[in-house]
Amino acid sequence: MGDNLISVNNVSVNFDYQENFISKKQKIHAVNNINIKIKKGSFFGLVGESGSGKTTLGRAILGANKISSGNVIFHDDERDYDLTDMNKQDLKEYRKKAQLIFQDPYAALSPRMTVRDIIAEPLEVMKITNSRQETDERVRDIASKCRLNIEHLRRFPHAFSGGQRQRISIARALVSNPKFIVADESVAALDVSIQADILNLLKQLQTELNLTYLFISHDLSVVAHVCDVVAVMYLGHIVEMGPSRELFKNPKHSYTKALLSSIPSIDPEKRSEAIELKGEIPSALNPPPGCVFRTRCPNPGVDCKGGEIKMGLIEVEPGHWVDQCCAL
Amino acid sequence: MSHLLEVKNLDVKFDTDEGRITAVENISLSVDQGEVLGIVGESGSGKSVTAKSIMKLNPGNTSYNEDAEIILDNENVLQFTSKQDLKKIRGGKVSMIFQEPMASFAPAIKIGAQMVEQLLIHKNINKEEAKSISINMLKRVGIADAEKRFNQYAFELSGGMRQRAMIAMALSTMPKLLLADEPTTALDVTIQAQVINLIKDIIKEYQMGVIFITHDLGVIAQVADHVAVMYLGSVVEKGPVNEILKNPKHPYTKGLLQALPDINNLDAPLSPIPGNIPSPLDRPTGCVFRTRCPHHNPEGKDGKIEMKLIEVEPGHWVDQCGNKCGQNG
Repeated sequence: MGDNLISVNNVSVNFDYQENFISKKQKIHAVNNINIKIKKGSFFGLVGESGSGKTTLGRAILGANKISSGNVIFHDDERDYDLTDMNKQDLKEYRKKAQLIFQDPYAALSPRMTVRDIIAEPLEVMKITNSRQETDERVRDIASKCRLNIEHLRRFPHAFSGGQRQRISIARALVSNPKFIVADESVAALDVSIQADILNLLKQLQTELNLTYLFISHDLSVVAHVCDVVAVMYLGHIVEMGPSRELFKNPKHSYTKALLSSIPSIDPEKRSEAIELKGEIPSALNPPPGCVFRTRCPNPGVDCKGGEIKMGLIEVEPGHWVDQCCAL
Repeated sequence: MSHLLEVKNLDVKFDTDEGRITAVENISLSVDQGEVLGIVGESGSGKSVTAKSIMKLNPGNTSYNEDAEIILDNENVLQFTSKQDLKKIRGGKVSMIFQEPMASFAPAIKIGAQMVEQLLIHKNINKEEAKSISINMLKRVGIADAEKRFNQYAFELSGGMRQRAMIAMALSTMPKLLLADEPTTALDVTIQAQVINLIKDIIKEYQMGVIFITHDLGVIAQVADHVAVMYLGSVVEKGPVNEILKNPKHPYTKGLLQALPDINNLDAPLSPIPGNIPSPLDRPTGCVFRTRCPHHNPEGKDGKIEMKLIEVEPGHWVDQCGNKCGQNG
């Protein structure tokens, strides 16, 4: 398995749903039969609209959501961790190695703790350091790597702007020296001028600390800029996946094409070339059989309209996978 | 020719426990019938405060300066004090669409009832007429099963549909001016494209003036005719959309454009604007952008140059300090 850090094999996540206590129990198919391999040192992007299952998949990889079927393997240097078969001790170890950066830096930081305490908390909880002095050293080290002013460590989060707060969240995620980071919409709440700064910081930390990222975002231009590999999700399925440049230059799936055309162009002379998708994403309670995108597809074929083509990725170019319904 | 809306020298200040905050300083804007004015800026730049002033919706601790004027349809809105007068503008001549449609509908009242209620307040019609206007409007914004949706609650609608219902409600009183405050920010890109096209069609059809507030320059490029770029309560640059986006003069406008990831040019590095937006409590004197300006000229750096818009091309106005800096790089 050499250069992969994470292997996601046939993973599905279902949630039980009951509208009220007398109605029938139903299943929400949040994530269906996902296969991805995340290479060591890569910046893996996961894009899709709300309700596409990207966050659920990210949380499943971190072991924060129960996996209904399939497994996730984390290939560490000495050993492999199988997330579906882990005891408490393993899970504790895994938590040190895989961390999460949240979307909203205003909600993620406790207002009653100083910045130093916020960053130090994982070290104390995970019992990584043995003395206060050692903890302080680690905190100061990671804070300066995240370009935080050391003098600010004694302050409380309310004194900081969105960009600075996001840097505190990043420092907190990185302080346990993880190898794998899930960044869930980590720049979505920031202003554009600050967003670029945080993206550059994530890139820089990646080379400095040998990190591997799973970068979840709904913003295609951001993903195109920072990620090496991108997977596009729709209604719990990956519909297209490939090296980001190839995928954005040469999209094959009609959903990817529609998404790309929907990005509002910065050029006022190029107005409204969007391929308009009719309607909205169907409910994950009863997804359409066959190709999940066919209810909104602008040019469905005869076979896929009837839902006769099953979901399944096929490789159209080396490393570029497309759901077979659109690839045919 | 008189404009539909003209804002002259508007200052908005808030009295808070920590002191008096200048949210907006010396803003002048105008909107004509059938025209879309885009206001761009980051959080805290005063975009929403400006829009809310037009309906006098700012909270009780707000004070406006004496010589400010907001002329809507030849009347100065700032001098309205009676409920009767304010009613005429709020929901009558001016309607507003908000960012978060879930928060803007009352959760326990049916959508239809909310639409009918405001029509009864503003129009001299009976309930039946109001209902048929509302249902027609829901159909017009592309909601299928309008009769069924009319009897549903906001939580039963999806995000995109809620925003459509919000637009239908805002338009049903036929306002002359529509204030759209980040109407597409909470939506997915594919839904955003639908809503933008809808708003553009409707503006054409009803010939209303629109102020479209957003932080997304791409959205501005798609909808606006004119743009005003705001930073820390001041307009730093304004003009026709093509001019501003293709020939920006102010270092802040340039910085915003460079910080935006462009999907057509993946090799371009992302260049953030250095530093952070200062707190409105210690707003810089002179040029408001000088604490973050990468090319500041010596006098601008010390705050010796007053904020003042000058016309550099016909219709293209830039703050004088920013214009100087913009020429440096």
